Amino acid sequence: MYNMVEINFIINGSKMTKRIKPSTLLVDFIRDDLKLKGTKVGCMEGECGACTIIIDGTAINSCMYLAININGKNVTTIEGLGTVEKPLDLVQEKMIAHGAIQCGFCTSGVVMTTKAFSEKCKNEDKIPTRDEVKKSLEGHLCRCTGYIKIIDAAEAVYKKQ
Amino acid sequence: MVKELKIIGKSTPKLDAKERVTGKSVYGHDIELPGMLHGMILRTKYPCAKIISIDVSEAKALDGVMCVITAADVDVNQIGYKRDHPIFKSKTVNCNRDEIAAVAATTKEIAKKALSLIKVEYEVKKGIYNPFDALKEDAPKLNEFSHDKFGNKNIGESFHYEHGNIEDQKKLSKVIITKRYETSRVTHCCMATSNITASYSKLDGQLTIWASTQVPFLYQRDVAHALKMEPSKIRIIQPIIGGGFGSKLDMLPFEPICALLSIKTGKPVQLLYSREEEFIASPTRQPMIIDLTTGANENGKFTFREVKITMDNGAYTSWGATTPFVMMQTYSSLYQVPACSFDAKAIYTNNPFAGSFRGYGNPQATYSIETNIDLLAKELGIGKDEIRLINANYKGEITGQGLNFKTCGAIPALKKVIEESKYSQRIKSQISNSKSQESGRYKKGIGLASMLHVGGGAKIYRSDGCGTRLKIDHYGYLTIITGSNEIGQGSETVLAMIAVEELGIPIEKIKVINTDTDVKPWDVGVHASRTSFVAGNSLLGAIKLIKEKLNKQAAKLLCIENSDFIYQNGSMFHDDKEIKIDKVVREMHFGLPNELCVVEYFYEPPSSFQDKEFKGDVSGNYAFASQAIEVEVDTLTGKVKVLNVFVSQDVGRVLNPLALQGQIEGGVATGIGFALTEEMIYKNGMLLNPNFHGYKLLTSMDMPDVNFYPVETYDDAGPYGSKGVGEAPLIPTAAAIANAVADAIGIEFYSLPLSPEKILKALKEKTINKVLSI
Ligand code: FES
Ligand code: FES
Repeated sequence: MYNMVEINFIINGSKMTKRIKPSTLLVDFIRDDLKLKGTKVGCMEGECGACTIIIDGTAINSCMYLAININGKNVTTIEGLGTVEKPLDLVQEKMIAHGAIQCGFCTSGVVMTTKAFSEKCKNEDKIPTRDEVKKSLEGHLCRCTGYIKIIDAAEAVYKKQ
Repeated sequence: MVKELKIIGKSTPKLDAKERVTGKSVYGHDIELPGMLHGMILRTKYPCAKIISIDVSEAKALDGVMCVITAADVDVNQIGYKRDHPIFKSKTVNCNRDEIAAVAATTKEIAKKALSLIKVEYEVKKGIYNPFDALKEDAPKLNEFSHDKFGNKNIGESFHYEHGNIEDQKKLSKVIITKRYETSRVTHCCMATSNITASYSKLDGQLTIWASTQVPFLYQRDVAHALKMEPSKIRIIQPIIGGGFGSKLDMLPFEPICALLSIKTGKPVQLLYSREEEFIASPTRQPMIIDLTTGANENGKFTFREVKITMDNGAYTSWGATTPFVMMQTYSSLYQVPACSFDAKAIYTNNPFAGSFRGYGNPQATYSIETNIDLLAKELGIGKDEIRLINANYKGEITGQGLNFKTCGAIPALKKVIEESKYSQRIKSQISNSKSQESGRYKKGIGLASMLHVGGGAKIYRSDGCGTRLKIDHYGYLTIITGSNEIGQGSETVLAMIAVEELGIPIEKIKVINTDTDVKPWDVGVHASRTSFVAGNSLLGAIKLIKEKLNKQAAKLLCIENSDFIYQNGSMFHDDKEIKIDKVVREMHFGLPNELCVVEYFYEPPSSFQDKEFKGDVSGNYAFASQAIEVEVDTLTGKVKVLNVFVSQDVGRVLNPLALQGQIEGGVATGIGFALTEEMIYKNGMLLNPNFHGYKLLTSMDMPDVNFYPVETYDDAGPYGSKGVGEAPLIPTAAAIANAVADAIGIEFYSLPLSPEKILKALKEKTINKVLSI
């Protein structure tokens, strides 16, 4: 039988303990074990960004990360952004308002990257330039929108906060 | 006078945007059914081989494997537009996608393991990977099921079209230019890979399929034919689709295979492509070799076009082989063309088969024509902008092919991009001052191209229609049940907007039901940029009927003569009288003589079939567009950077500016990829770059600004005067970029993509030639 290991972590604000196979990929753990299907899989090679989530404030590709590495960490997926009182985060509101969503398959990842980057900018008290915004989204592939509306939406977030 | 509208023409976010932005939308990959198994397919190791034996015994014996199937286990029909494609291959394999066996297992890991235990013995054969080799006398017959109808065993499909007198026109020509153009094989790269979940019930013989198809009713028919089932026993449900772009027009073997796994096991089965499998075994754009000759007289008027197109059909025939239907429109009717002769042949090879892709052959055709136009202008010594304006399509024109341009924004679109891009001040090849002789590493250039595409559907199937059912409940909520589909393009939202406009019901009270073939009425599917046009007109027809019902009932309740009402904010108004819609419906339901507030309407566009010579007015209206694109070529690395894109498109009327702009930008991005970076690289039939690392999509860093100027021509046929928009924005992009690169470095290229290697090589040759000529 497999050697199972125990991991403790916070996911979308709740503490959790799970036993997993050490070789489990984080994206599979999130989608198949935790049933959080909002995180998407586009390539499993770290190339498309669809699987992006936030760990301790940093956006990462969950397909390139082993689940055991979230032990002791704070994980946020797309499901963790809104609250019952306020179901949409500012990033999500701006994505909608700027028409940044077509098929929506890249959207979860784009939102998570933008969220992490916006928190970082807020902490550093800076508004990124358009080129910096573009750069921050470089790891995301989107076949529908041509990126412009996504970049516009992200810029609107940084300006608003 | 054009009527002022309330919501049409105003930016409206997508109806389901909130679901999508919070990760709640259920895509095919997210479906989980109780007891669901995981399916996987074993594909060939070699693109061309004889199969000696297949041994699945070890795979079958593996714990957790519920079923392994090969051709020997199934009784099925061949699939594809020409029915030349067996879903499992048993005697020979003919391309790198070929399916040999499939397994269903309790987990993905076990399914994968099982595939590795299947033993296949091959006798490898030398394949044919070039269509011209396939035409040679001594070439073997590559598809044993081909019909041999076109004079050569390896020609799968052939088209001939002509109008006017080519020979006379040649005599009138001052310049004649002949070139061979080649376009590469590119693929859709939908962000969600291909997927299907199938669930068969032995109890009632019912098969339910969750499929990412763009054409659910044709798909239902195709699955039924493949499986020898009755179509109505098959229910197609469309989950949220993660990108379509034409890739989901053909039913592919994995789909009936997944259904078979469910039929054999009696359990739901899900089959998901990996990204690598997506590159290998999902559709592509048809690669083409285009031999084009065009002429113009001394005034710059076009005289004729003569074109021979050789398409690599791959091993089997897909819808991709029918792209000539669209291309012949472009050759015959983009600009005024007095004479045209068009031949296209799809030739079997051992390469993968293509499919349909946004634009349907038109980007390839437009690329060749628009590049040739620049050459004609250069030869004649007239402006590249001028020659296009002299020949542009115009309102009232009936083309040689019989397309009737009742409205036409070609000239306004051209003028707009010429003006906004400052084309005539920027085009180097036409400016003789010193600035044009810029030295240094970076060289700028500008290019122009136009396009023509169907804007009001296309009558290629027996019906190009769409059905709509409407229901208003006694709480005042409207349900639109439409035959049409949403694949991310925003058609649902446009339909809801139309209902708001006409019925004054707020958008929050409108539901659109469009995902289930058991529920929705017929529609041919999402293609040919037709959905807003056809489904919109169908909805308008249904709204007219439901208004008649409501008007009658309201008049009765208000004790006035039956007459017209104004619909606003969920109420109906007549003079100073107001009555709420929900109240009217309640009276309809519960008052005598009790009736439902339900109507249905079927809209069939007024377009006609083409005759045997491919002539006829196939679309309800036509879309026109021009693009001017500015590029910068790095002569050290050969890299082309797109600096600025100017797009002007005749959209008839803008329905939803936000969604429209999104379609334009997305289309342009795909067009830039086609022009510069995307290429599937094959060696002897095997794909060398089946991943995003080797197949370069544009990123946020590469995307230039897109300046968009809609042209509104208010076409009577479209809803509120609108035309289809979805495909147009990518059609002229590659052509405009190729012309811009030629302007920048003074070298014309005749093949796509314009990769850095190609550009560097050409620059080197140019320098050598310069040195040699001194
Ligand atoms: S799925 Fe993780 S980067 Fe593509
Ligand atoms: S919206 Fe479809 S991939 Fe980005």
